[in-house]
Amino acid sequence: MPLTLHLTVNGEAHRVDLTDPRPTLLDVLRERIGLTGTKKGCDRGQCGACTVLLDGQRVNSCLVLAASADGAEVTTIEGLSADGALHPVQAAFIENDAFQCGFCTPGQVMSAVGLLAEGETGGDPERIREGMSGNLCRCAAYPGITAAVMDAFARMEAAEGERADDRARTEDRARQGEPA
Amino acid sequence: MTDMIEPVSPDTLANGSAHVRLGSNAGQPLTRADGRLKVTGRATFAADNRPDGMLYAVYVSATIARGRVTHLDVDAAKAHPGVVEVMTPANRPPLARDPDAKPHPFALKVDALQNDRVRYAGQPIALVIAETLEAAAEGAVLLAPAYAAEPARMDEATGEIFATEIAGFGNPALFEKGDVEAGLAAAARRVEARYTTPAQYHNAMEPHAIVAAWEGDRLILDMPTQAPALSTAEFASFFGIPPQNVLVRSPFIGGGFGSKAFATGPYLLAMLAARMVGRPVKMVHRRDQQFGPVGHRGATRQTLRLGAAADGRLTALDHTALSTTSSFDDFLEPAANASHNMYASPAMRMAHQGLRNDVGTPGAMRAPGEATGSAALECAMDEAAEACGMDPLAFRLANYAETDPQTGRPFSSKALRECYTAAAERFGWSGRPLAPRQMRDDEGRLVGWGMGSALFPCPMFEAEARATIHADGTGTVEISASEMGQGALTALAQIAADGLGIDGDRLDFRSGDSSLPNGGIAGGSGHTATAGSAIFTAGADAVRRLAEIAVADEASPLFGASNSGVEARGGRLHRVDDPSRSETYAAILSRAGLSSVTGEGKGARDPAAAESRAMFSHGAVFAEVTVDPDLAQIRVTRLVGAFAAGRIVNPRLATSQLTGGMIWGIGFALHEETVYDPRTGRPMNADFAGYHVPVNADVPSVEALLVEETDRHVNALGIKGVGEIGITGTVGAIANALWHATGVRVRDFPVKMETLLG
Ligand code: FES
Ligand code: FES
Repeated sequence: MPLTLHLTVNGEAHRVDLTDPRPTLLDVLRERIGLTGTKKGCDRGQCGACTVLLDGQRVNSCLVLAASADGAEVTTIEGLSADGALHPVQAAFIENDAFQCGFCTPGQVMSAVGLLAEGETGGDPERIREGMSGNLCRCAAYPGITAAVMDAFARMEAAEGERADDRARTEDRARQGEPA
Repeated sequence: MTDMIEPVSPDTLANGSAHVRLGSNAGQPLTRADGRLKVTGRATFAADNRPDGMLYAVYVSATIARGRVTHLDVDAAKAHPGVVEVMTPANRPPLARDPDAKPHPFALKVDALQNDRVRYAGQPIALVIAETLEAAAEGAVLLAPAYAAEPARMDEATGEIFATEIAGFGNPALFEKGDVEAGLAAAARRVEARYTTPAQYHNAMEPHAIVAAWEGDRLILDMPTQAPALSTAEFASFFGIPPQNVLVRSPFIGGGFGSKAFATGPYLLAMLAARMVGRPVKMVHRRDQQFGPVGHRGATRQTLRLGAAADGRLTALDHTALSTTSSFDDFLEPAANASHNMYASPAMRMAHQGLRNDVGTPGAMRAPGEATGSAALECAMDEAAEACGMDPLAFRLANYAETDPQTGRPFSSKALRECYTAAAERFGWSGRPLAPRQMRDDEGRLVGWGMGSALFPCPMFEAEARATIHADGTGTVEISASEMGQGALTALAQIAADGLGIDGDRLDFRSGDSSLPNGGIAGGSGHTATAGSAIFTAGADAVRRLAEIAVADEASPLFGASNSGVEARGGRLHRVDDPSRSETYAAILSRAGLSSVTGEGKGARDPAAAESRAMFSHGAVFAEVTVDPDLAQIRVTRLVGAFAAGRIVNPRLATSQLTGGMIWGIGFALHEETVYDPRTGRPMNADFAGYHVPVNADVPSVEALLVEETDRHVNALGIKGVGEIGITGTVGAIANALWHATGVRVRDFPVKMETLLG
């Protein structure tokens, strides 16, 4: 049963013609579209190596039937940073040595981005460890991963704070009739 | 921290290194050279390759452990749309080498469809090649194998126990010193205990993967390997082609831990498949296929007998191991050998026996022998300390080995005392109550503290490297090293830059491809020492050639200095007697009209040093656990380790290696176990839902301290190794902490809640 999928991956529209409905989103990304940054560690939803953002939510892409994701927006590790600048999570992973072999790393990074977007951790290490426990790392870079996510949380909070300050200042000035 | 500016003693280097020093780049806690690639998804692992025309292969795993395959429904598989070919023993193309032969001592027998026999569950019994992964997977299901099964032999009662002369990789299976029975008879305190450790599987996050392609009689392989250059000869021998016809590309390895160092049956089948269909073939193991044909840590049953005098000094140390292997090959986990070198005892005996079961052949898994053996040894030492009424650390200090207990040789260096002190202080060990069940946390959980000593040998293999200085003053260093997470691309490049006397950003470090000089094996914690020595001497050799040109050139400010009278720094040669007189590499080469100068180097152990010294990394690990008094739920709340491993090339990466090893210790102590169905012999938990490894939430606090140690014998660079030692002290430390929390001695790994509930 051939079918045609429309996916927006990292902001780019993709049309994927499938000869049958079996492929997972992970295999479509890796083997059809050629985005191999997302890894397969188990194909069973047990390791997190395949984590991507599907319509903004972190998911194990090996558990998503590609056919069910028609029309969806997908962000993979390749789409996280624009113009060579690293996402704060990526930068924090490097600085905190949050990986060794790097095989789990795309999944860890996407999972961390998703976790921070969920906004439930409050930067608390215990909650971060819990929230990152769906992503196995056999090299056991866990101390670095936790430190990196805390670090990224702090940076993103600070950046958010600055943006809020800027907004407030702009609004103030607008109220007082000054040019922005 | 290790003294980073210690000059290398030039007399012990193979090539003259008088011009270069380790220390400008080596010793710096640089972030990973491949960090950017790895956090952006651009680091290319084997399975990421998709050459044009590529097909997918999936192999079928036996679901019985012993017997014969009587039927495969090849027609049904072939009829499935997309299936291109099916390989079975009936049509498998010939191999030039018998998969059951052992042409050299490190060769393991492999399963490559040589017949219809099944000798362990998970053995490959057929392979399907298809246009898509989905079609190959479906074809594999459609083969629906039928078997004539024979009873699986999965325990001591059904398996054959055999005597052996060899344990591990060619180590003698028996060591005796003094009279153990007399030592035990004379002891004031005696401890005898039996420990068991289960089969464990490496389970690197990257499953074994290969993309194989033939170009005429050249074989091109994208696959993760811990020994790129060495593996070419191995693969070539199966196809009757010269080793130089095999190209192995392995830029990144997604974790190996010993499982990616050897030829395996499934890899050979993928190569055969590519030849059969005349197209590139990709084959990636499913997670359950990581349990079987790629080695594992064999199960052990160990018995320790310790005698101690009233003052706590050992009078005898007896360690025997029964190690499980396959029905058809001989690798035995050398567990008892872990007691050779740790504690002083006038009488010692370490012995092994083998047990044949219907499992895949075990092999090296992170700290083979040391992990299992030290787990038992450190527990037994704790029991002996208790019997003597002594603090566990004081007891170990009373048995501190000033010379190697096995050989009587001096240690090349041994800062274990400093490790004990550093880790104990950081942990806050003093004031620990001797008796168990004395401490509780705020929530009423039992708290226990335990410790263990860590030790790992410092082997060196053989490696070669090539270093080139170019006309623009940049350098290139080439070696087929393996980046598998330990940080080879970073640490080895640091050594390479120092060897060439240039800044790291002026260096092009090329690695991970078998066409480059043989980088040896990333294993045995010996890669940095071996490959690093080759790289450093290659750089020094290139600089020496450059110096020869300069001192003989009247136009050079270095003219007239003796060859040993110049030294390299920052891409310049300086006169030693007048450092203000110097010249850039580029200037020297340009005047000489040369586009480059190339040096070569080798890394290997100095045989004289090997004969005269015992060489080990050492460490101490302290653990805190909490145990829920009603539910016996276990948490490892703190781990502190301190390690002395000679020169540390990159403290940031070394620390990660050590904490990673310690977390493997948590997995060993509390999680990892393969459970086989006794009827079929099949692992019942061949996935991450059933085979547990530590997750982030299991690891609230792990710390590794680096203890300064200078070693002038282990190799000219003074480098030991940090890859495996972390696991060795940790398992015992956790088990001993569990006793201290609960009063229950745990002797079977992994420790389960029900054991503590009694
Ligand atoms: S590959 Fe998807 S969770 Fe492991
Ligand atoms: S970095 Fe190797 S598995 Fe996480």
